[in-house]
Amino acid sequence: MGSQQMNGAEIVLKALVDQGVSDIFGYPGGAVLPLYDAMFNQNSIRHILVRQEGGAVHAAEGYARSTGKVGVVVVTSGPGATNAVTGLTDAMMDSIPLVCITGQVPTHLIGNDAFQECDTTGITRPCTKHNYLVKDVNDLARVVHEAFYVARSGRPGPVLIDLPKDVAMAMGTYIEPKHVKPKHYSPQVKGDSVKIEQAVKMIAAAKRPLIYAGGGVINSGPQASKLLRQFTKLTGFPCTLTLMGLGAYPANDKQFIGMVGMHGTYEANLAMHDCDVMVCIGARFDDRITGRIDAFSPGSKKIHIDIDPSSINKNVHVDVPIVGDIAYVLEEMLRVWKAKAPTLDKGAHKAWWKQIETWRKKKSLSYKKSDTVIMPQYAIERLYELTKDRDCYISTEVGQHQMWAAQFYHFDDPNHWLTSGGLGTMGYGLPAAIGAQLAHPKSLVIDIAGDASILMNIQEASTAVQFDVPVKVFILNNQHMGMVRQWQQLLHGNRLSHSYTESLPDFVKLAEAYGWVGMKCEKPDELDDAITEMINTDAPVFFDCRVAALANCFPMIPSGKAHNEMLLGDDVSDEEVGGAISEEGKVLV
Amino acid sequence: MLKPKSQSHYVGPAVVQDIVSRTLSVLVDNEPGVLARVIGLFTARGYNIDSLTVTETEHEKHVSRITIVTTGTPAVIQQIKHQLERMVPVHRVLDLTVEGQSMERELALVKVAGKGDKRIEALRMAEIFRANVIDASINHFVFEITGKASKIEQFIQIMTDLGLIEVSRTGIAAIGRGDAAM
Repeated sequence: MGSQQMNGAEIVLKALVDQGVSDIFGYPGGAVLPLYDAMFNQNSIRHILVRQEGGAVHAAEGYARSTGKVGVVVVTSGPGATNAVTGLTDAMMDSIPLVCITGQVPTHLIGNDAFQECDTTGITRPCTKHNYLVKDVNDLARVVHEAFYVARSGRPGPVLIDLPKDVAMAMGTYIEPKHVKPKHYSPQVKGDSVKIEQAVKMIAAAKRPLIYAGGGVINSGPQASKLLRQFTKLTGFPCTLTLMGLGAYPANDKQFIGMVGMHGTYEANLAMHDCDVMVCIGARFDDRITGRIDAFSPGSKKIHIDIDPSSINKNVHVDVPIVGDIAYVLEEMLRVWKAKAPTLDKGAHKAWWKQIETWRKKKSLSYKKSDTVIMPQYAIERLYELTKDRDCYISTEVGQHQMWAAQFYHFDDPNHWLTSGGLGTMGYGLPAAIGAQLAHPKSLVIDIAGDASILMNIQEASTAVQFDVPVKVFILNNQHMGMVRQWQQLLHGNRLSHSYTESLPDFVKLAEAYGWVGMKCEKPDELDDAITEMINTDAPVFFDCRVAALANCFPMIPSGKAHNEMLLGDDVSDEEVGGAISEEGKVLV
Repeated sequence: MLKPKSQSHYVGPAVVQDIVSRTLSVLVDNEPGVLARVIGLFTARGYNIDSLTVTETEHEKHVSRITIVTTGTPAVIQQIKHQLERMVPVHRVLDLTVEGQSMERELALVKVAGKGDKRIEALRMAEIFRANVIDASINHFVFEITGKASKIEQFIQIMTDLGLIEVSRTGIAAIGRGDAAM
């Protein structure tokens, strides 16, 4: 049977089941009630009731990022849809595959400023990969199947389906995925073989090579990470990763030289600046990576592998662009490499590694230790040491804690690091952790948070309790919006305008009010025991980790500066920090 | 250490390129919102639109052809092309200026009011430009003129002195020469 009669809401649910969906994140409301009615009498799909629609989207992002599957969101019209906008934009920036179904007022009321009406497709057009307004129930099955196809193919992204209430209630025909003709949309997955040969030749001739990989490797799937490892091992080249790429290459491998970019390591940024051949794999030369663009890696030939042609030559001109899926292209490159068995300039590579080791010896991530107060870096170091032997997923909010987590928590596997990189959405971490924990019930899932960020989606604590999700929230509590404060110190004469949180809640009591376990730790020598207790608690835990209030996140490439003008934490006084950014640099973000 | 020469920050002046004008043909699914999507891309990313023409050209397939005249450096034009190509309803983008020989035409309706010598001169010039009179009274003419944008510009310039009161232009439609289709 290729087709069956049912109402629109049932068509949607059937299509979701046929797309392999087992969990959806959502919040009901008037316009989406038919869909919720259809959910009432079925057991194939679990619905996770969030506490605000924004939380639903971030939870779906965490779910998608940690599984490689498409995350699914259902929200109502009007405010339901507008609350989802931040999450959709976040997923767009970080290329996370989502399908978001929004209720809409009945078709005859569209355009009438009806109750809870908004122009959802108009509002979300720039922040989705594609969106649909379905006006005919007989289009519905096709649209849902197509939405999944679009969300996960090529460069993944969020797709929205706006579903008017009368369409959800009308009777129509269901079509199975196999009967839906694929859209003409077909991104290029196989790389151009001529370009691949060129790239191999260029790589083989390199004297100071560098592999710079990003989130695209993770989006391409686990196979791409495996191939990246093989390629790096085979060539013996140093490898650096972007924030979004962490886990694509094992952090504990000696060929890994740390994260690159604004808060990346000294060795990674200097290697980026001085290399002669840069192999960019699934990264996009974002401004947080390049710093000052006219001084970005001035002497290198650049190879760029990306599935999205519009990423190529957008910010930085590259010499060999290869459009294709990372896994396909890397496999082909490895094949060509093995067939050609090129002789490498071992002497040059040895000298290059020696140079990198000299930079590494700077120990750019070092910080002033303390016996009396917990340093935030120390807290992450201990958290890593005490959790590294478990299958652990880490999400973060946005700010200093996020950068410290990226620097001090070491990821050896892809899909274990969930962070809002492109949009930088405070409030991402808690719902994302919930989404990841639902997908991996036996794993340890920790949201490394800040005291300001966590309050942006605190209501999701209630979701965690309802669905027995034992996530841990590890708050680096410095009583400031740490990164804002750091920038005010750097840029604005240390005038801390509104970056101090005057009346933070008592996080332990707050945790208990939600039905969580609340913990607090203030002393470095009590930290290990407290973290162990947190890990061993089979319930959601809020861990209020009181850390040094005014610690800065270093190293740092100040805005408007080049990679070789990094500020290192050890040797900067507060005065130097204050004068680090020129007048021109101050207008940059 | 290498000191950067230029004082600029994020804008890369490494290669200074001239601004060029390009005509792009974009084949799209004629679905609701597709034009908003294309125009939204141009505003969101700060690209220019000098002329825009759109209508459904293949009714049975619901395919529309959008002709956009835009200006920018060759690198920006390349970006525009890639950004358009990755949109789901976009079938194909062709840079007609680069692809080779192509023809561009525009139609304008030009209303000229006046009496006496100026009116006679307007009619005379219209004949020279092969413009048709499609509406007239003893006080006015409406001319219909087709041709390259430059010809239309010239015609309007002349009519300005002869009592021009209103102009409506279609924007540019373009197509490649020869027997091959897009």
